[in-house]
Amino acid sequence: MSSPVFTQVAELGRRSIMRTLRQPAQVVPTITFPLFLLAINAGGLDATTNLPGFPTNSYLTFALAVPFIQSGIFAVNNGGADLARDIETGFLDRLALTPMSGVALVAGQLAGVIALGFINAIVYLLVGLAAGASLAAGLSGAFVLLALATLITFAFGCIGVYAAFKFGNGEAVQGLFPVLFVFLFLSSMALPRPLIEQDWFRTIATYNPVSYLIEGIRSLFIDGFDAEALALAFGSALVIAGIFLALAVTNLRTRLVRT
Amino acid sequence: MRYRSVVLGIAWRNLHNFFKNPTLIIPALLFPLFFFTAFAGGLSQVSDVPGFDYRAGYTAFQFVFVLLQSSAFGGVFTGFAMARDFESGFGRRMMLAAPNRSAIIAGYALAALGRAIFIWIILTAIALAAGMQVGGDAVDLVGLYTLAAVVNVAALMWAAGVALRFRSLQAGPLMQTPTFLILFTAPVYVPVDLLTGWVQAVAEVNPISAVVEEGRELIAGGGADALLAFGAAGALALLLAAWALLGMRRAEAAGG
Repeated sequence: MSSPVFTQVAELGRRSIMRTLRQPAQVVPTITFPLFLLAINAGGLDATTNLPGFPTNSYLTFALAVPFIQSGIFAVNNGGADLARDIETGFLDRLALTPMSGVALVAGQLAGVIALGFINAIVYLLVGLAAGASLAAGLSGAFVLLALATLITFAFGCIGVYAAFKFGNGEAVQGLFPVLFVFLFLSSMALPRPLIEQDWFRTIATYNPVSYLIEGIRSLFIDGFDAEALALAFGSALVIAGIFLALAVTNLRTRLVRT
Repeated sequence: MRYRSVVLGIAWRNLHNFFKNPTLIIPALLFPLFFFTAFAGGLSQVSDVPGFDYRAGYTAFQFVFVLLQSSAFGGVFTGFAMARDFESGFGRRMMLAAPNRSAIIAGYALAALGRAIFIWIILTAIALAAGMQVGGDAVDLVGLYTLAAVVNVAALMWAAGVALRFRSLQAGPLMQTPTFLILFTAPVYVPVDLLTGWVQAVAEVNPISAVVEEGRELIAGGGADALLAFGAAGALALLLAAWALLGMRRAEAAGG
């Protein structure tokens, strides 16, 4: 990375991190909402661990993967809405007058949500372990978990950045939130795929990349280091990030040309 | 006569806005359908858990919860409309036109019920198409939908009380979050006996648990404790109606 680009990323990144962490409305729900749902599901679905073939006897351990994905979904909203606000207020137009590179702009804008995603991941892990979940992969697995969670946040953040460049307004970006929740609910979030009884649901879950993100994180809690699950999770996150980063940069160019 | 015309006028306006605006109608319709699909489809294996002995099947088990949830959120979303109307100043104009201001709340309540009935029809049709078993007779089903209507009124009254106190859409999370909490700390996925930990302790004292369980008994054919369920839902609705009326006093004192 050349020095000017690095400086640009650092400056925009610092602004993005400060802006994100200074907004309690962006920080608090990303921590409380996933943990609340985790607590409800852990108590409500613990009986399913009695099903033959269920991979663990603790539903808390099984479900602990889900908050990490929910944090990613919040990254779509937070990252996208911040960028959309920059577009709406004309900040992006002013940046367009500078020699700022597109890559620096996207990377810098995502710094805030990535930092928040990293903090959230640590909180979820510590709360989960304190509540009685186990991490089969141990301490080294915790580092892999944090790396995967951060990558997932980045991947989802790219969706938010793409949506912001594409639509240019915060309301449209916020509208993506329920859509992404559909992806979460139609995955192997609540039960392992082999235990999903309905064929059509299992098929959707199998084609849904969110299932692989969840299963990668879950493998660290339940199995230790499962190379296949981790490869699929990292691979899925990289593919999502790659596709939406490319789309974001393309839309950025279009938007700057319009400017 | 004037009271009724205020009620009908407000209800008609709200329902007109709801049915004409895709950004209002689509989420209101899609959310319950989506929850029903995710719960009844993705978790149907839960009915094989030892101790799960609900006779009408998991689709009916989840249908009742989603029906009550959509009723509650129909009330909350109508509360959003009320907050928006008071934020924009339309509430002040309504207060000038209504000699008895409780008619304004009644109008929104009627609209909330209209919205809920629309969702019930679609949700019930889809559940039946998905093969839901209904063991209850006509009286049981009237009981189930009456229970859902009382939940709808209670949620609307809660949201109206918040909307009238804050008169801003920014109070939206305050309307939504407690409703979400009380619903999801009821037995959502399994009967109370199969819950564990703090969720079971909370579900045992949550008044909505009785409502959900009675609803499930009604659709399966045979109420368990109708008096407790209707009593809990009715008492909640009455209590929250008082909360909404006091909120209207606050709005009047603030000049709308």
